[in-house]
Amino acid sequence: MVDLRVDLAGITLDNPVIPASGTFGYGYEFAELYDINCLGTFSFKGTTKEPRFGNPTPRIAECSSGMLNAVGLQNPGVEKVISEELPKLKKCFHKPVMANISGFSVEEYAYTCSLLDKVEQVGWLEVNISCPNVHCGGMSFGVSPEAAAGVTKAVKAVTKKPVFMKLSPNVTDIAAIAKACQDAGADGISLINTLLGMRIDLKTKKPLLANGTGGFSGSAIFPVALRMVYQVYEAVDIPVIGMGGVSSAEDVIEMMLAGAAAVEVGAANLVEPFACRNIIGQLPGVMEKLGIQSLKDIIGGAHHG
Amino acid sequence: MKQVLYSIAENRLLAPDVWEMRLNGDTSAQTAPGQFVNIRLDGFFLRRPLSVCDWDASGLTIIYKVVGKGTAAMSQMTPGQTLDVLCGLGNGFDVDRCGARTAVIGGGAGVPPMYGLAKKLLEAGKTPIALLGFNTAGEVFYEEKFRELGIETVVTTVDGSYGAKGFVTDALPESFDFYCACGPLPMLKAVYSAAKTSGLLSFEERMGCGFGACMGCSCKTKYGNKRICKDGPVLEKEEIIW
Repeated sequence: MVDLRVDLAGITLDNPVIPASGTFGYGYEFAELYDINCLGTFSFKGTTKEPRFGNPTPRIAECSSGMLNAVGLQNPGVEKVISEELPKLKKCFHKPVMANISGFSVEEYAYTCSLLDKVEQVGWLEVNISCPNVHCGGMSFGVSPEAAAGVTKAVKAVTKKPVFMKLSPNVTDIAAIAKACQDAGADGISLINTLLGMRIDLKTKKPLLANGTGGFSGSAIFPVALRMVYQVYEAVDIPVIGMGGVSSAEDVIEMMLAGAAAVEVGAANLVEPFACRNIIGQLPGVMEKLGIQSLKDIIGGAHHG
Repeated sequence: MKQVLYSIAENRLLAPDVWEMRLNGDTSAQTAPGQFVNIRLDGFFLRRPLSVCDWDASGLTIIYKVVGKGTAAMSQMTPGQTLDVLCGLGNGFDVDRCGARTAVIGGGAGVPPMYGLAKKLLEAGKTPIALLGFNTAGEVFYEEKFRELGIETVVTTVDGSYGAKGFVTDALPESFDFYCACGPLPMLKAVYSAAKTSGLLSFEERMGCGFGACMGCSCKTKYGNKRICKDGPVLEKEEIIW
């Protein structure tokens, strides 16, 4: 029997497969399709202090082996998430869930995290720092080590739950930002968020997305994500959650060899609603074929010797 | 929603760039006219959402317009090939809400789901009146299929080359107590303004997943934010914010 269990900042996951935020709602849509308790955990829809409708439509565009999205963090706001979404989720998911948090100021991050800190269902906080900082000309928190560290410190001050900082790949040195988050007290790093992209409609000669630009995800970005996970693993001593274009059991293993302690699956859920269940089902067979007894043992395996 | 592997039974050209595809397989997830399927195509990342025209226990019919590379690839498919399809998506038209005399209004690529709706209205003992709008005579399809149902059927063309000249709103039936409409946004707006009765309107939007997960197709309504794919594509007249 192969062993799929991994440890994520002190909590054991039955397997390393985690649906990524924004591709799995608050879980219960997928619970109508399959028993989502087969998942390691999942990262729920990016939640902000205030309710947000998000961007105008079209919010979605297709690319070769991937897609762009400019949803714009649509969510009902943290209070409704706690009072309505999480109780609904509790009925169909009996494991700790990962709370994904966004904000537009350090104070907003801290406020949202302080409320989610009190929710027993929440096992980890995953803090998305790709959002623009309204107090800093709209520059993303995730592009400077100082801003990333500032959010990390503010969040760590209001929670005892493990905090994973989710990094943007749209930076020159992602390892430096990961290191700054670690030094500011982060318990782990999640990466990568989407790559900034664009498509133009040949008929209208205008951007396909109403927002102009959007986040590029899907299997096309896997090699970029893998490279960044590899670099961040070398730069930090805290666990890394790898994501970006993962769509198979083989991809999960590759991510773990690069240094991921757990692996998120994003866009694949949108085209194949059973993607995570299928990947979990295929992992034991792929492990046996590759002579892997325990997934724990392969984390960062590509770095050794 | 159900994931079904369908076998293509037929794929034929109905009008320029408009194709009818018959798919054989499990249709148990398809429960209302106006629902749609989301089709996986080799070489394309996102599935293609297409409304269901008609269905029975053994399969379903979709009609699609070639508008891009994905639908162009579909038009080259041949009987016997299989398709990975998410079936039974969206709310569809609520036949119980429709009136005894319901105007069934379709425009162009919005015509297909109205055929299945007309059939279900007949089964429910109601009288559908079909109003089908096209740009020009060469684009007209499915008129005979509606007539075969034995229902009053009016065709309009914008250029007047076939049927009544003008838009569907120029040919609204004299008496109807409810309407259902599917077509391009300007047509839906025009019907919304012209028809005095209550009604149901089916909307289109670029979708990511098609089953409510990604928030790619959200819209604001008087009843709150809705996802066209999951809470729609059919919205009540009373809730629409243009």
